[in-house]
Amino acid sequence: MVLISKQDILNYSKGLAVILLILVIWEVAALVIQNNYILPTLGAIFAVLLHPFAPVLGGESLIDNMLVSLKEVLLGFFCAAAFAIPIGLLVGWSTEARAYFNPVIQILRPVPPIAWMPFAIAWFGIGIHSVVFIIIMGAFFPILINTVDGVQGVRRRWTEVAMMLHATQFEQVRTVVVPGALPVIWTGLRVSFGVAWMCVVAAEMLPGTSAGLGFLIMYAYNLGQLQVIGAGMIIIGLIGLCADTIFRAGRSRFFSWQGRE
Amino acid sequence: MMEPVLTLNTITKTFRDSEQNCPALAGVSIDAYPREILCIMGPSGCGKSTLLRIIDGLEQADAGTIHIAPGTMAGSLSVAMVFQDPALFPWLSIYENIVYGLRLAAQKVPEDEVNERATALLALTHLDSFAHSYPHQLSGGMQQRVAVARALAVTPQVLLMDEPFSALDTFTRRELEDEVIRIRDGMKTTIIMVTHNPEEAVYIADRIIIFSERPAVVSEVLPVDLPHPRDPAGPEFIRIRELVTRRVLGKPDP
Repeated sequence: MVLISKQDILNYSKGLAVILLILVIWEVAALVIQNNYILPTLGAIFAVLLHPFAPVLGGESLIDNMLVSLKEVLLGFFCAAAFAIPIGLLVGWSTEARAYFNPVIQILRPVPPIAWMPFAIAWFGIGIHSVVFIIIMGAFFPILINTVDGVQGVRRRWTEVAMMLHATQFEQVRTVVVPGALPVIWTGLRVSFGVAWMCVVAAEMLPGTSAGLGFLIMYAYNLGQLQVIGAGMIIIGLIGLCADTIFRAGRSRFFSWQGRE
Repeated sequence: MMEPVLTLNTITKTFRDSEQNCPALAGVSIDAYPREILCIMGPSGCGKSTLLRIIDGLEQADAGTIHIAPGTMAGSLSVAMVFQDPALFPWLSIYENIVYGLRLAAQKVPEDEVNERATALLALTHLDSFAHSYPHQLSGGMQQRVAVARALAVTPQVLLMDEPFSALDTFTRRELEDEVIRIRDGMKTTIIMVTHNPEEAVYIADRIIIFSERPAVVSEVLPVDLPHPRDPAGPEFIRIRELVTRRVLGKPDP
């Protein structure tokens, strides 16, 4: 049972204080400027947030748009992980595989995911498939690189213990390399989930999409409804925070040994 | 005359890289007999650890032969090794660490026997109450006990120990040295230990093997004919300890 300590409460309240300060500055600035096309008031933003199921700007509700984005992110994220983890294990474990794959990985890795958009549309047409493809391209590399690093960082002595006890190559990978690399792979998943969110919003902002938080933000911008943009951004931030909390909880639950071995 | 459980015949090893050749072992021959404790001593970097790694198959010798009596029962290996650091798997509990080798395809030990062996080893190494703890919850000495239990789980004919207690304090070290003697008596295992500590060698060994400077050959074999438990303050103990120290340092007798 984890109890929240006084120190935790103090730290949370420090963070909360800064958020409150930013909100106060925002609100004062909005009241001074008095122009919804430059800075909407907090009241206007929260009015949107407080009715998440109501249609926004004559279209889908905030929740519906969020669910569309979330679905795309999860689909892309899991596809990316399904490809990146096995390839990363192979490239990290085998020098032969590294010789084959490393150059192509290093060339493709710096390409911004959104640069794939024209190809995505050409191959998959406008819609969810293209967006998911962009997310896969974005989420793939952080998982891959961390998996490779994780495998290479597995202590040599652990594999020697396995070899000493006559573990086969497959058993060495299954019982030593994978569990030993898992904390670093987990970090890769955490980073790539963040990247996936950036990709979904950017991809949905491109012409041709008709749903999702990125679409909503761009649509609201075209109609000059900046309070909807603010609400959309807060939702994105909150989902990111939730995901990160889950990843951090997973780390302390499953990898509490890390750094203490 | 008893048959040796391990016979090393002129083992030679040179480490080669693109820059230079570095000869480590220049024809090492050793016989180890059942239930014997051998300590290998010698100057730093003379190839003692390399020899253990060759016996265990982690390195290949360039020349020479190794003959080891095969394991006597199902799920047993001829040799197992304890390294200088415990190298426990931090994601496994103490119990799971100990039975790690028994669950590999090479051993194929049925699960009730796995349990039986683990229970016996937990008792032998005084770790009963820590079966479900994790390595980071244990002290260094206890972690090394787990490493010993993990190696013993595969009931090796020969247990290799590469400076296993060098990172431990004097008191923990003495406890574990006593434990090594108990293990030999209880499990009838032959033990070959590399150590830098002359007192440790004289305390536990039946024979002390002294290596020369690199590339190593066996320069001398000193039998230790003292009854257990040995008294490190006894005159004969001190005499042998000083003799061993002089031989390792290559100093003449006074």
